[in-house]
Amino acid sequence: MSFPESLHAAYDVIVIGAGPAGLAAAATTAEAGLRTLLVDENSAPGGQIYRAITTSPLKNSSILGKDYEAGNDLVHTFEKSGADRLAGCTVWSLDRERVVGLSCGGEARLIKAERVIIATGAMERPFPIPGWTLPGVMTIGAGQTLLKSSGLIPSGRLALAGQGPLLWLYAAQILRAGGHIAAIFDTTPLANYISAAPHLPGFVFSPYWIKGLGLIREVKRVVKIVTGVTRLEAQGKNKLQTLVWEAGSRTGSIDLDVLMLHQGVVPHVNLAMAAGIKHEWDDIQLCFRPVLDESGNSSIKGIMIAGDGAGIGGAESAAERGRLAAIDTVANLRPDALAQIPSRDNVRNRLAQTMRGRAFLDHLYRPSKVFRIPQDASTIVCRCEEITAGEIRASIAIGATGPNQLKAYRRTGMGPCQGRLCGLTVTELMADERGKSPEEIGYYRLRSPVKPISLAELASIPQDETAIKAVVRG
Amino acid sequence: MFKRATNHQEPAVQITVDGLPVTARRGDTVSAAILTAGCVEPYRYTAVNGTPRAPYCMMGVCFDCLVTIDGIGNRQGCLIPVSDGMVITRQNGKREIES
Repeated sequence: MSFPESLHAAYDVIVIGAGPAGLAAAATTAEAGLRTLLVDENSAPGGQIYRAITTSPLKNSSILGKDYEAGNDLVHTFEKSGADRLAGCTVWSLDRERVVGLSCGGEARLIKAERVIIATGAMERPFPIPGWTLPGVMTIGAGQTLLKSSGLIPSGRLALAGQGPLLWLYAAQILRAGGHIAAIFDTTPLANYISAAPHLPGFVFSPYWIKGLGLIREVKRVVKIVTGVTRLEAQGKNKLQTLVWEAGSRTGSIDLDVLMLHQGVVPHVNLAMAAGIKHEWDDIQLCFRPVLDESGNSSIKGIMIAGDGAGIGGAESAAERGRLAAIDTVANLRPDALAQIPSRDNVRNRLAQTMRGRAFLDHLYRPSKVFRIPQDASTIVCRCEEITAGEIRASIAIGATGPNQLKAYRRTGMGPCQGRLCGLTVTELMADERGKSPEEIGYYRLRSPVKPISLAELASIPQDETAIKAVVRG
Repeated sequence: MFKRATNHQEPAVQITVDGLPVTARRGDTVSAAILTAGCVEPYRYTAVNGTPRAPYCMMGVCFDCLVTIDGIGNRQGCLIPVSDGMVITRQNGKREIES
């Protein structure tokens, strides 16, 4: 797939990411008559939560559940809105002038917009345990992606380890799809039940309470659960063979073919940080998130962030935050069209409803330090450059002060994933080791291109007179 | 590592992985097809230490799914859908310049 002829040279609004926030934002700005382009890396819309909603081979909701079906409405509304969509298209840069670098089918373009809404969502928090790089170890999100888009379930012996709503949802989905789970290792720190308790009333009145308890009961009926897990180690020569676990004083091991890990999701910050948007440390959700106003305006004029990339709130709140960003955009670019789209107050009210219960989940599923900051020296932190926690601690001991200086010592964060899978671990490990806060230590300095792009793709960008004159002699 | 949960109705897509014929299904990504084929393990060896790896995130962030597709290296297999006749080559360790 390459760029269509119908692609405009500039847009009123470019929305990046076709998950719930992006679909809702783009539909709303297009309905108001703004020339809107939605770009997404995947070939089908939906993002991660509604992944493959239009193409999944699992045609009825009996396996994936009713909540997944909500994605259909978002896609349908978007398709009627008149917005342009570029699928299978990677965004590799975004600058202060709101010029978006796009790559599609081996070609690249630079397209400018009056407003850019970043809706690049979340990614799973790194889960650095010994052996997490072995084939056979993957994230629960990865397993769920394979289930949604290809109807795949793990073959052989499967265990899940970690914590959070996704763990229970995926476990239930696998069982409904005819799969088998040998065991679940629950890493939720027992102290979290106490710190989350004050937030319980808000949660009980949210729809998540009934749904969550139902899922957990459905899974617990048939799967062995080990709670209070304090250490996990994946072992094997060329692939996963055994999981060794500790839960306080209890220990054990289990032979496995597939181990799936999950300890919540964090904002995927790469594009926003590379654009220069100010971020701050969130000490409850334990991640960096962008500094935004109520509508989602960032520290850079004309660039907004909506959805889980703005701070984790879940799929339903992501769609509402997408609409809020769109309403602000319409209010600025075409105020006379505000009457055609939902009112700000309505969307704000719905957003407040979707956020009920979030504080309880944030506190209950706040991952424990031992699974965020590797205690074993041999645990790989940077998967790309294969750098261990011990090597990073040794570098700190001889003077590495922060993540960017550490690159010069160890190349951490300089491989193909550009720090996505080690960034939070490195920040927290250095903060812990140096007795500073993650805010003081900071994050990798990210730059475009945020995804690899070939020279051939760069060379395919149409050149204007000025660009040609800049390099042609005589 | 994976098998199909349902009696799959999607049309078959024929690809090769390291020369071996693999039948995928429409809607599969390159990574999904390889993880289901079973005949090619490990998925790849890293360029740094030559250790075996397989896809970890399946959503485009970890880059452990890198493969050569139709002659172009370092493609993210988890983001690219299969198409008929696609030629996939695993990446084993450091790349070499062919003379």
